[in-house]
Amino acid sequence: MERSNIGQRKRVRGVESVVQGMYEAVRLMWSRDPAVLDVVGLTLFVSGTATLLSVVIGVPLATVLALNEFPGRTLLVSLINVGMGMPPVLVGLVVALLLWRSGPLGSLGLIYTPTAMIIAQAVIALPLVTGLGIAALQQLDPRLPLQLLGLGASRRQMVIVLLWEARLPLLAAVMAGFGAAISEVGASMMVGGNIARQTRVLTTAIVLETSRGQFALAMALGIVLFLLAWLVTLVLTTIQQRAGPPR
Amino acid sequence: MTSPPSAATPLLRAESLYLRRGSRVVLAVERLDVFPGETLALIGPNGAGKSTLLHVLAGLISPDRGRLLFRGRPIRARDTLWYRRHLAVVMQAPLLLDTSVERNVALGLLFRRISREERRTRVARWLERLGIAHLRRRRARALSGGEAQRVALARALATEPDLLFLDEPFAALDAPTRHSLIGELFDVLRETGQTTVVVTHDREEAFTLADRVAVLLAGRIRQVGTPEEVFNRPTDEEVAAFVGVENVLDATIVSVAEGLVRLRVGDVLVDVAGTGHWPGCHVRVAVRPEDITLWPGAPELPPSSARNTLRGDVVHLRPVGTNVRVVIDCGTFEMIALVTRRTVRELGLKPGTPVGLTFKATAAHVIGPGLPGQETS
Repeated sequence: MERSNIGQRKRVRGVESVVQGMYEAVRLMWSRDPAVLDVVGLTLFVSGTATLLSVVIGVPLATVLALNEFPGRTLLVSLINVGMGMPPVLVGLVVALLLWRSGPLGSLGLIYTPTAMIIAQAVIALPLVTGLGIAALQQLDPRLPLQLLGLGASRRQMVIVLLWEARLPLLAAVMAGFGAAISEVGASMMVGGNIARQTRVLTTAIVLETSRGQFALAMALGIVLFLLAWLVTLVLTTIQQRAGPPR
Repeated sequence: MTSPPSAATPLLRAESLYLRRGSRVVLAVERLDVFPGETLALIGPNGAGKSTLLHVLAGLISPDRGRLLFRGRPIRARDTLWYRRHLAVVMQAPLLLDTSVERNVALGLLFRRISREERRTRVARWLERLGIAHLRRRRARALSGGEAQRVALARALATEPDLLFLDEPFAALDAPTRHSLIGELFDVLRETGQTTVVVTHDREEAFTLADRVAVLLAGRIRQVGTPEEVFNRPTDEEVAAFVGVENVLDATIVSVAEGLVRLRVGDVLVDVAGTGHWPGCHVRVAVRPEDITLWPGAPELPPSSARNTLRGDVVHLRPVGTNVRVVIDCGTFEMIALVTRRTVRELGLKPGTPVGLTFKATAAHVIGPGLPGQETS
């Protein structure tokens, strides 16, 4: 791995590294080091896009599975539920095999690109968004769909109202999906390669710095990661709570 | 309350509806008409298929076989949205959305893409009409049961539907709330000439609201008629058992003449108004407990319009609401009379008291085949 120019390197251990890390984190964010900003920006871009992708696919899928009865439905839902706990490394392996230069999708040249990381993270977030989305829709009164049709709703209008009614738990599903994507490391490492300024995100940078013994820096990046995840979740939570009914 | 002329075109006609779930036949309805301006009550015990029939009539679920005609025009699969926009459904639970009362009431109008101004006027009108205008900015989920059901009714009525479907709308409410709401709904339906189908298992509700009553038992319509017809002259024993005729006695027809059927019940003769029966038939005779008059002791009664006089002894008394149900042993059979508490006190009724019972020939009703040689089991 190429020598990173992130911050100063001190060998500190134990509790000291936590304190040192806090200080380092503040300094890193304050200094607006372009290398750090690159990592933060890529992290947000990759995980944000992956979450968006998983919502675009997962919410309609959840709607279909929650509102319809068909043979094999339970089997499919159970597969999605087991997918919620799928090891990211396994996803990384499968996506890497698919995108490998000699693999079935190798001609696309996606291995070791942010796109590959987006695909892997979206695959990890998808079962969470879908599974929790199904649960969100199923906690509505089962008679509500018929009631809406009985008030003159088209199928489309009915689905829109149901999604609106389930908006609070649905946003929780989105947050869970984003949380899984941004905190994931194994798959990103495998399909992205942790290339500086290209595919290095916060989690992979933390792994790298830790393996190098740069604990304070790793801690600093960890704190940045936490703050970032918290900030995005705070925005979503604010939307969620605002979306509540009028007084 | 008269039944509409049979010549009138029904607003909605159901033909040969048939629906099964697994091996169980849920619905088998040959024909059901809903005439413009009337309120039709679907009554029946739990599990009779009342709600399912209502859902089929409202185009919410499609039957395995059969069709609906709206204003004489068959509703095809691609017309169901068009049809559903001519009707509104209120269910047992209010099923309000998690938003303000006002927005809930506007929901059906939003679905129909009705203009903003029109929406505002209609919502205001119906909130006012149902006495909930003061709640309009309140959160719908925070309302009491009665208030919530008013919102559900306003939401349905605001669409000003050609057909209103009510699926046990009062079943979940406490008695005082239910009574006041039924009264108000009755006024609204009459004033607006609203065509309504209401599902209920409550006989009083059917009596109050309905122009006609259809009795549904095990997915089949067993009798359709005015409430008086259905409650006083049930066509068969099962309908009688459901609508609450408690005195159903085995009888043999002795003679038929001048609009009177004379029957032998145990060791006494009973006269019942009716024709179309043959002597020798085994039938049953039904008399409602509230149609029986009690007399103290063993009186010598002057001739009156009450053609039937029986004698017996009180077996026991049981209070039923504000009234008392009196069981009387008439020798070979028992009769049940429903009287007020005051009557019990003034006649000094207690177990063992000898009493006379009278009822008019028109209060009794023959249940059974009108053809000779057939026996009811």
